[in-house]
Amino acid sequence: MVTEKARIMDEEAMRRAITRIAHEILEKNKGIEGLVLVGIRRRGVPLAERLARQIEAIEGRRVPVGSLDITLYRDDLTLRSDHPVVHRTEVPFAVQGKKVVLVDDVLYTGRTVRAALDAIMDLGRPALIQLAVLVDRGHRELPIRADYVGKNVPTSRREIIHVKLKETDDEDAVIIEEMT
Amino acid sequence: MKLKSRDILALEEMPREDMELILDTASSMKEIIYRPIKKVPTLRGKTVVTLFYEASTRTRTSFELAAKYMSADTVSIATATSSVQKGETLKDTARTLRVMGSDCVIMRHPVSGSCHFLARVLDIPVINGGDGMHEHPTQGLLDMFTMREKKGRLEGLRVAIIGDIYHSRVARSNIWGLKKMGASVVVCGPATLLPPEIEKMGVEATTRVEEAVKDADVVMVLRLQLERQQRGLFPSAREYSRLWGITRERLNLAKPDALLMHPGPMNRGIEIASEVADSPQSTIEDQVTNGVAVRMAILYLLLGGGEEK
Amino acid sequence: MKLRGKPEPLLIRGGRVIDPAQGIDAEMDVLLADGVVSQLGHGLEADGARVFEARGLWVVPGLIDMHVHLREPGEEWKEDIASGTRAAAAGGFTTVVAMANTRPPVDDASMVNSILARAAEKAVVHVLPVGAVTRGLEGKELAEMGDMAEAGAVAFSDDGHPIADAEVMRCALEYGCVFGKPIIDHCQEPSLTRDAVMHLGYWSTVLGLRGMPAAAEEIMVARDIMLARLTGGRVHIAHASTRGTVDLLRGARAEGLPVTAEVTPTHLCLTDRLVHDTWYDTNTKVNPPLRAAEDVEALRRALAEGVIEAIATDHAPHHLDDKDVEYNYAAFGISALETAVPLLLTELVHPGLIAPGTLIERLTAGPARILGLGAGSLPVGRQPAAGSAPVVAGCRRVGAGSLRVGGCADVTVIDPGLERTVDPERFYSKGRNTPLGGRKLRGWPVLTVVAGHVVMRDGEVLA
Repeated sequence: MVTEKARIMDEEAMRRAITRIAHEILEKNKGIEGLVLVGIRRRGVPLAERLARQIEAIEGRRVPVGSLDITLYRDDLTLRSDHPVVHRTEVPFAVQGKKVVLVDDVLYTGRTVRAALDAIMDLGRPALIQLAVLVDRGHRELPIRADYVGKNVPTSRREIIHVKLKETDDEDAVIIEEMT
Repeated sequence: MKLKSRDILALEEMPREDMELILDTASSMKEIIYRPIKKVPTLRGKTVVTLFYEASTRTRTSFELAAKYMSADTVSIATATSSVQKGETLKDTARTLRVMGSDCVIMRHPVSGSCHFLARVLDIPVINGGDGMHEHPTQGLLDMFTMREKKGRLEGLRVAIIGDIYHSRVARSNIWGLKKMGASVVVCGPATLLPPEIEKMGVEATTRVEEAVKDADVVMVLRLQLERQQRGLFPSAREYSRLWGITRERLNLAKPDALLMHPGPMNRGIEIASEVADSPQSTIEDQVTNGVAVRMAILYLLLGGGEEK
Repeated sequence: MKLRGKPEPLLIRGGRVIDPAQGIDAEMDVLLADGVVSQLGHGLEADGARVFEARGLWVVPGLIDMHVHLREPGEEWKEDIASGTRAAAAGGFTTVVAMANTRPPVDDASMVNSILARAAEKAVVHVLPVGAVTRGLEGKELAEMGDMAEAGAVAFSDDGHPIADAEVMRCALEYGCVFGKPIIDHCQEPSLTRDAVMHLGYWSTVLGLRGMPAAAEEIMVARDIMLARLTGGRVHIAHASTRGTVDLLRGARAEGLPVTAEVTPTHLCLTDRLVHDTWYDTNTKVNPPLRAAEDVEALRRALAEGVIEAIATDHAPHHLDDKDVEYNYAAFGISALETAVPLLLTELVHPGLIAPGTLIERLTAGPARILGLGAGSLPVGRQPAAGSAPVVAGCRRVGAGSLRVGGCADVTVIDPGLERTVDPERFYSKGRNTPLGGRKLRGWPVLTVVAGHVVMRDGEVLA
């Protein structure tokens, strides 16, 4: 059984977090020169899209957005008896020499980001890679940290962070659920 | 998602969901082939053996590249260099490969049913790379992938398969696969090259090429094995070409946007005229690229996961 | 025959005696003594005899299989006379007719004598040898048929090979009919079956296997019928397998020609679809091949009507090494002695397609008549030459497909309700090559008596 424990972000909070991250990205990279966003499937993709729209609203120019499927880079394939469905990686621009911002919904063990780093490297040699996440819930298993965080949420391992997005779900919300 | 099939032996027995999963996965895989670094780490540490009892460059290379792009190790055994020449049985050869630690065997064999035989002997996945006159399931899947990619669907397509149907494993795999996906199929060739009661497989059969090609969405031309002429199944390549060769005029009877397919290698000027083989309607090169993507998908789906818990 | 000494008297009591040769199908007792049937009747006294209670069981004349490959001499790793006749006993057969395609083939009198001598030493059922039609089974020069007939050959056949040359077949019929023995022909026009491994039809199309057209058999059956008409010689068609063959046989019969035929349990019960449904199990590979459903239908009708007079197994044992290979490379043949009776009962008798009496007739009196073993009249043809040798095969007499009082005490008892699963590992035959492994069949032989000796009881071969 999974029960809803708390709503930690609503639509408005999410919008504010994305706006703030967009500003931080621009500030840290001193504009959009050489900047590209790459969302990690699935929910990183619409988040990257929202960040791009926000950046466009601020700077008046659009940054390229790609999407990355990390299934083939997972380190747990042999631990699973089912096969995760492989989706398409669509990065329709060269990452060579670019400032790549990886975007995902939740940062947890860091293993997904590790796979994404490998996947990006296989596409070319970026100038630098940064990481933007909507929620950082701790419990890292690898030496990885985010450059931009929407909200830090201390959790227990039994809890589940569920990010819902209008593009993939029916609403914008971040919910903590617990296995009981 | 998981394949219901443990082995890839025949499209006749493959459920439609499995075919769809393979085609969908292949379309995700295809992008990798165009990368500067054509390698993903998915099958690191896995060993894939290609065991070919018949000469083949294209299919074996395609499987090997697919495996290598997925970071698997490949070992290739061809009859000329193996103990097969010393009279070792298929069963013993297969078991030897197994105990050496291979994770998957891809076999081509001149005898129909040999891959089923192999699958009964081995407890690792077996992929049929073409068994006699029976099936060539990965070719059928890559052909369907190509049609779906170009036409956006398989359902409702009219596919004409022209040539030596009798001896063609490509034809049989395409027939079963396409029928399951809702396409209609017409086969055409000299009566000596149409096997008996093929209509019961759910296809139309005709000896008149114009009738077969008319209004087709896809015209698939099969390779003519010229050695069949020696067995007296048709009198001459010249007459074959005149009566069944696919020319511009004949292709014009198909729908204007019809695809022209050929599994290769082609006998130009015999079963297919160069003008159409090199025309924009031809998908012959796409088929080759798609073959790698489909085989990557199959290797991932058979070998990518762990053991059943 | 290995069985020696005087058998104990045996009373088989209260069974359903089915003896088509005598027109009997009734509950009766059968008393066997001194190796012959001594009494047949109701309420017989045991009088010191051992008693076998047969209530609810069928008591029938010892079954005769007129087409068996015992492989000895030459291929003893596949089968030998000891193992093959034990398999026969297990399957309820008291007489087997051994084909000549051994290595070397049985193509002269010394080989016939050799088979009989080996049988006398090792066989547990009667073995009747077949002589080759041509030297070395090569289809060219006639073998010494007269010598072989005198030595005890009951028929002539190049089985395994068709007699492709029509002139050779014509001569064999003309020359051979003097001795009163049928020529058994494996009918197959070789140019139509080159490299073929199964029946030509829908399933060969699906499986991509080279097919043998039904016409390949029918062409040669038609030829043989015409040659029988020409020569007056006796033709026996081995393992008839197609609808067209049945039509030809029906015509020959209507004309009164000396043409007979047998059919195997395999071809009566299995179709070519099995090759597909077992995904190329090489145990489905047999020659003639498993045919289409309409052929099976026609064969069953022909058997019921008597157009086909005999059921013979074409028992063709092979070693695992001959079968555990790719389909095209596997040997043809099915090890059939031990599954024939239950298969026929399960597929034909229990569903009501063939009456029990008819089935038993085709397994007893039918083959006895064709081989001239019984008192039944021979099919039309020239009469045997005066003074030709009587049939003698290791024992003094052979059950003639009937339970006539005074005849050899060859008896088979069948439990029509007994259900058992086919387990090739438990075969007495060295050949485990059957496509029926794991199949549940109903109606097994439970007692086989040869010349008064109990050689099988409850599936266990005792001799």
